Amino acid sequence: MTINTLAKGGWHREQMTCFQKMEKVIVAMQDPDMGMKMRNQRLLITVIPHAMTGHDIITWLIQKYSICEEEALHLGGMLLKYGYIYPLKEPRSIVLHPDETPYRFQTPYFWTSTRWPASELDYAIYLAKKNIRKQGELMEYEKERYSVLHKRINHTWDFVVMQAREQLRASKQRRKADRIVLECQEQAYWLINRPPPGVGNVLDMGLERPNNFSLRVTLNSDYYKREIETCRRALGRNRVKSSICLEGFVKYSEQYQNHDPIMQGCLPSNPWISDDTAHWTMNAEMVPTPTRLRVECWSFSFMELLKDVMGRKEFMTYLEKEFSGENLCFWQACEDIRHGESSKIAEKVEEVYKNFLAPGAARWVNIDSKTMDKTLEGIKRPHRFVMDDAQMHIYFLMKKDSYPRYLKSDLYKNMLAKAIIPQETKKSVFPFMRRQRHSSPSPAQAAAQATEEDGRGKGAGPAGTNSDV
Amino acid sequence: MWPVWSQTNQTSNRLCSCFLKMACQGLQKGETLATLKKECESLKKKLEEDRGKLNDVELHQVAEKVEVVGALSIKTRRVLKGHTNKVLCMDWCKDKRRLVSSSQDGKVIVWDGFTLNKEHGMSMPTTWVMACAYAPSGCAVACGGLDNKCSVIPLSLDSNENCAAKKKTVAMHTNYISGCTFTNSDMQLLSCSGDGTSALWDVESGQLLQSFHGHTSDILSLDLAPSETGNTFVTGGCDKKANVWDMRSGQNIQSFECHESDINCVKYYPSGDAFASASDDATCRFFDLRADREVAVFQKDSIVFGASTVDFSLSGRLLFAGYNDYTINVWDVLKGTRISMMFGHENRVSRVRLSPDGTALCSASWDNTLRVSRSFPHE
Repeated sequence: MTINTLAKGGWHREQMTCFQKMEKVIVAMQDPDMGMKMRNQRLLITVIPHAMTGHDIITWLIQKYSICEEEALHLGGMLLKYGYIYPLKEPRSIVLHPDETPYRFQTPYFWTSTRWPASELDYAIYLAKKNIRKQGELMEYEKERYSVLHKRINHTWDFVVMQAREQLRASKQRRKADRIVLECQEQAYWLINRPPPGVGNVLDMGLERPNNFSLRVTLNSDYYKREIETCRRALGRNRVKSSICLEGFVKYSEQYQNHDPIMQGCLPSNPWISDDTAHWTMNAEMVPTPTRLRVECWSFSFMELLKDVMGRKEFMTYLEKEFSGENLCFWQACEDIRHGESSKIAEKVEEVYKNFLAPGAARWVNIDSKTMDKTLEGIKRPHRFVMDDAQMHIYFLMKKDSYPRYLKSDLYKNMLAKAIIPQETKKSVFPFMRRQRHSSPSPAQAAAQATEEDGRGKGAGPAGTNSDV
Repeated sequence: MWPVWSQTNQTSNRLCSCFLKMACQGLQKGETLATLKKECESLKKKLEEDRGKLNDVELHQVAEKVEVVGALSIKTRRVLKGHTNKVLCMDWCKDKRRLVSSSQDGKVIVWDGFTLNKEHGMSMPTTWVMACAYAPSGCAVACGGLDNKCSVIPLSLDSNENCAAKKKTVAMHTNYISGCTFTNSDMQLLSCSGDGTSALWDVESGQLLQSFHGHTSDILSLDLAPSETGNTFVTGGCDKKANVWDMRSGQNIQSFECHESDINCVKYYPSGDAFASASDDATCRFFDLRADREVAVFQKDSIVFGASTVDFSLSGRLLFAGYNDYTINVWDVLKGTRISMMFGHENRVSRVRLSPDGTALCSASWDNTLRVSRSFPHE
């Protein structure tokens, strides 16, 4: 492995994984048996060995990973972007062309992961070499960077120039082909690690993440004791057989398939495709007649019924007919305590006690005596979760008893019968005509208006109903 | 007391020995740090064994009888331009068309995704706003990042009013905020942080209601369970663990350590019985909470870059995952195979989220844009 795991800076963690994987691909590509066929490439008057065409790269990737051309082009492109392969003829065009354009593998010496992070000193030496070789004719941005470096590491400048001269002298003694190859490789390395302005820095990894040696938490005795406690609890956990659980996922996906716009489309049309918001209008919180899919959904689970404002309203109507409406009211009041402001907990608990739990309360709920005692005791010191047990009891009561009966009731059946099945909007005959995309009132606006009406003492309706809008 | 934790390598060696000495306090007679560690490890081993006992079938086997999902036709319908640097996070509003996004440029923007209208633009006093969330009522947003705080901003419609001025600090951590979400109302906020902890806050007073400890490194993501008793959430982080927490007691009730690298994102399956994770190890995994184990790994040899984000389609059949190689892969959750691949972004995909009614997918990217795409089965 060529990755320098003890590099300075905490960067090696994130890169290690994807660089390791890319290197695996590169090594496979160069495998003598299963790897790519390489050929000689003529560069001006020199012949460079071990080159391959873009087309070869893509074909190999398609075969090796059983992927399509688009993905192969993308993957090959990434190998180029990270400097594992470089273009031979146009070094600055770091793009994979699916044609006869020649490319070459970068030598492991110049892999980004080998010498991470690229050092300023090395860059200075490289620019110095180039400066000498080209007699000052560097590119604009290179000139700028050269002078910045000259200022910044001025104290080692003699060393920089000396190294540059040494390396140039050594390279003159190489064969021409080798010299050209080395220059290409080095240039390719710096194009990735010090990209020209305007070219995105592919090595931008975002914020630094901690390396393995600096944990956020001290592994002291408290930590291990807590872990042991967690493990003990986890060991005592009830687990369900896989066959049952996994069957559950199959059933869930089947049940909701018709409701999933990606799996089954949506009626009358997906607003994002047709620019028509009818689908949203038909499924607004309160509509005179709901859609069939929506009413069907209420039968999937008790949670689905309660989640839907309209479903909840219907269920309340049903419960009131059965003289058990107080159950749902109680549940809602408990939800309000659990999710509401901390400052209002005490007064809300008081209200709930008065209305639902006190002996002779107007909307007394039927809880078993054990839970009732526990709750009444807890009320003496009201907190956010004080109603949890009672709420749970009533929730399961409704779920096991009232909910199944509601689904069998005429109220539900009639709702289902008269529910709308929207007509699918035929695709526009003139596809070039785009509908106007209408804006909608912001929820913040609706709420602000409701508060305004409250303030004026006009007895506002629920937020979202604006007769003026 | 405890020395201030510094990230530089020079001080860490000194601090290590200092902590080791302090760590030996609080031990019972006969206990050493080594014995505790050993006990912990053997318990974990037993846990893995127990988990394997009820494993009588694999997910793809159960899914053999299920119809194959055909090829999908996916097209980008909106490109949201406005951020001047990497978009790090986004969240949909319950109205199915609005969304909020936050960026390295320090801005938080509220858009009507449908009309491309920018409705609110707020500047945070920090760059790298890594987390943002829309309030259930649609009347506020929360955001946080390198400032180590999570703030709630009520959305004012008065164009003269500067929204950011009404910003209220709710969560305070000792390191960056990596994720935040409102619980079932506007009144409570869950946050997770680079300091390795997550916390539940009362929005009105800013009071800490509960804190959650157990991760040993940065937490990078959290998600609230859609269960009927609504009391749990899951977190994932740099310690490669995904932990499930009880909001009420603060306890870590389930833990999964299967990934080989940082977990960048966790997301619940719509029924709440499972969750998916995305990791730097280039895989996404599916964890069954009732069976208490990992039941699927979504990976391919040709996928070499880390996955940064995941979300399920409405029915839970499809898993959309965004990667650091700028692509989005669509996986068949039941069969474990990849159905489709989306190109288009010009840099890492940092977040993918399905709209609340499942009609569209929004992807946020380091290429400074957000894209809203629609997908349906090929005819």
